[in-house]
Amino acid sequence: MNSPHDPSTIGSALVKRGLADMLRGGVIMDVVNPEQAKIAEDAGAVAVMALERVPSDIRRDGGVARMSDPQMIREIQATVTIPVMAKARIGHFAEAQVLQSLDVDYIDESEVLTPADEENHIDKWAFTVPFVCGATNLGEALRRIGEGACLIRSKGEAGTGNVVEAVRHLRTINAQMRRLTSADDAELFALAKDLQAPLALVQEVARTGALPVPLFCAGGISTPSDASLVLQLGAEAVFVGSGIFKSDDPVRMAQAIVEATTHYLDAGVVAKVSTGLGAAMKGIETASLEQRLAERGW
Amino acid sequence: MPRVGVLALQGDVREHSAMLAEVGAEVVAVRQVEHLDGLDGLVLPGGESTAIARLMATSGIRPVLEARLHEGLSVFGTCAGLILLSSEILDGRSDQWSFAALPLAVRRNGYGRQIASFESVVEVKGIGAIPGVFIRAPKIETWSSDLEVLAMHDHGDGDHPVLVRYGAVWGCSFHPELTSDDRLHRLFVESL
Repeated sequence: MNSPHDPSTIGSALVKRGLADMLRGGVIMDVVNPEQAKIAEDAGAVAVMALERVPSDIRRDGGVARMSDPQMIREIQATVTIPVMAKARIGHFAEAQVLQSLDVDYIDESEVLTPADEENHIDKWAFTVPFVCGATNLGEALRRIGEGACLIRSKGEAGTGNVVEAVRHLRTINAQMRRLTSADDAELFALAKDLQAPLALVQEVARTGALPVPLFCAGGISTPSDASLVLQLGAEAVFVGSGIFKSDDPVRMAQAIVEATTHYLDAGVVAKVSTGLGAAMKGIETASLEQRLAERGW
Repeated sequence: MPRVGVLALQGDVREHSAMLAEVGAEVVAVRQVEHLDGLDGLVLPGGESTAIARLMATSGIRPVLEARLHEGLSVFGTCAGLILLSSEILDGRSDQWSFAALPLAVRRNGYGRQIASFESVVEVKGIGAIPGVFIRAPKIETWSSDLEVLAMHDHGDGDHPVLVRYGAVWGCSFHPELTSDDRLHRLFVESL
């Protein structure tokens, strides 16, 4: 990209985090084929996540869940004009290299896929394409940012249609950030140790009261009210996985969640778009889960 | 103190709002039609142009803003905002509409996908060098001779305008709001 005319820089933290900034206030939708990608874009999605099976199907089918077929990712890239994201397994930097070579716009190092490394996440600084990672608490979020993640999503519990874990994780991250802002300088060393997070990032959060990258929400959002709830709890955008294409009327559900995300403070709009929407995905009560995906990642 | 709206349907609304407040504007978040009343200027932020276009239609903002543009409202569009103000969109969705307030044709993601997003320095007439952050940026491919070009940039394929003005309507393909340099926002607010 560099030329004699233009001493420009690609892959800087600013341009990587900048794309996440552009997605704020939007909905990122899981899609498994070009037809769904088109529906998502038509409905006003700000990006799509290309994957072979939505999390609820991964849950049902069992087995090892891996990166998607490049052919399918290319077809989706050819279909839509919005950013296309794709998932790599935790620690599987070779899958991430493949995704970067496909020019995906964001890589999700995701607990929804079967982890490839039970100790180490990907060194995300080594990539030009930005990464999003999940987190259940502030320490996990800051470890991922320390490894180079440019966007954090609270994990929730993917594929359940149940928002309870997303709420737990968002509230935990926010409460832990508030605790840092009221700590004095000496306390931050011990708090960094407790959080198992890089000290410099802990000090930054203590100063600013916010993560150094945007915070989105994922895992269990399946109605317009769910979107409004997590945005009011501090999420800046939402990832919706199974919630759209496992509902009765995916086109309307997609449109409704987009509207509710923009107008999350206006209960009248949320009520209007929720009216006559048909059934949301059936969902699973989390106490009955055999596999908690949110526990993957360290 | 000029009253400046920021279209707050989707995108990097917060950065624009903060920068406008810094240069002395009273900032209004525009989510509904009535928020367009009494504005001296409006910023269309970066974001996804397809999503913002859809939300402008469903909220009823589109026809009212179209009328305000005809009446001469000052509007500054960055990135997605530039696309929405353009006269012609290349490589967009087949049904993608725009306000046709700037006489130019813009190619969506004309500088490439995210992997090609870049930072550079942009030389602006009357201001000097400012940081240019280009993210999946639209490229101005053709433009009318009466368009005022405030900055050109050569990304290896010859000069293309990256900051333009046509009367009260301003557009740029990069993101001044993501930097700490507020001179473009100051220029816009001082023009109101």
